[in-house]
Amino acid sequence: MKNIFSLFLFAAALTPVASSAADADYNLVIKDHRFQPAELSVPAGKKIKMSIDNKDATPEEFESHSLNREKVIAGNGKAIIYVGPLEPGRYEFFGEFNKETAQGVIIAK
Amino acid sequence: MFGTAIIVFREVLEAAIIIGIVSAATRGVVGRTRWLIAGLLAGLIGSGIVAASTDVIASFASGVGQELFNAIVLGIAVLMLAWHNVWMASHGAELAKKARTVASNISEGRSECSILMLVVGLAVLREGSETVLFLYGIAASEGGSARAMLFGGLIGMLAGVAVGYSIYAGLLCIPMRWFFAATGLLVLLLAAGMASSAAHFLIQADLIPALASPLWDSSSAFPENGLFGILLHSLIGYDARPAGMQVIFYVAVLAVISFGMKLAAKPRKSI
Repeated sequence: MKNIFSLFLFAAALTPVASSAADADYNLVIKDHRFQPAELSVPAGKKIKMSIDNKDATPEEFESHSLNREKVIAGNGKAIIYVGPLEPGRYEFFGEFNKETAQGVIIAK
Repeated sequence: MFGTAIIVFREVLEAAIIIGIVSAATRGVVGRTRWLIAGLLAGLIGSGIVAASTDVIASFASGVGQELFNAIVLGIAVLMLAWHNVWMASHGAELAKKARTVASNISEGRSECSILMLVVGLAVLREGSETVLFLYGIAASEGGSARAMLFGGLIGMLAGVAVGYSIYAGLLCIPMRWFFAATGLLVLLLAAGMASSAAHFLIQADLIPALASPLWDSSSAFPENGLFGILLHSLIGYDARPAGMQVIFYVAVLAVISFGMKLAAKPRKSI
């Protein structure tokens, strides 16, 4: 079972993420340790593909307790994060490395 | 400064708890300390390399390389912990009898030690690389507060190590009769928790379905970012909002390792 699992991992590493084409695409930019836009409206009940572009020279960690997500984004780097499908509501997120300024919220409707 | 201390504390704590439990669990195995230090050093060097190549790792597999990397590291650690527990199930009684003396067969002791080194190294690698990135960000930012924040980081690191050591020292107080049963159980839960985390990363990367996300929400009772939640997360893989798939991984690893331990504990002459 373990072998099958690791085989799966390597196979997954080699193939592009197949389902990505069908998903909605949302962009977030990190600049001066702030998220732009700080408020993101997304449809509820759908899987969301978010692309985060860090324009700062320092790394940042996108984190959200309510979304149960955590991901480091290198300085001047990009990252893809999948969330959802979400129930309607507010989901706060923040940049753990610069919590005072890097705050934002996803609103699912 | 205080915020920095807490962030570093959380990262270090997770690795420190793993190291504390695994060190206690390998009590009495010959050459253990040397392998432990080797694992620690390899993990530290590795976390520097991983931190420096964050961008490269992230760009693999259409932007989800980081999740894959974490899931693979966790998967290897789960395999190693499983191996450890199965090995202990057949040798634990012997080690307990002789208490702090040598493992019966040196080559077996060595393979057990290399597993220890790998688990320690992987734990440090994963948590360490985030800490390195975070501290690098502080050091690279302008302003006079950088030194105070780095000092906070040092305090957080020491506090994390202190907790890990307390767990180790506390476990050593358990009477020998129950000692390997207790550490075996802790390692089992550690492995299941890691499997759940691996599933979490694969879901975040959209490589496996979440199956009910979240399955439950206990964040108001035990928030994951509270001290109790953090401890539970590191010890038994607690997640306040787990996806169904994480629970499946957790239970499956629990079942497979327990079964392996039961098989290994049977007297050899059967068959």
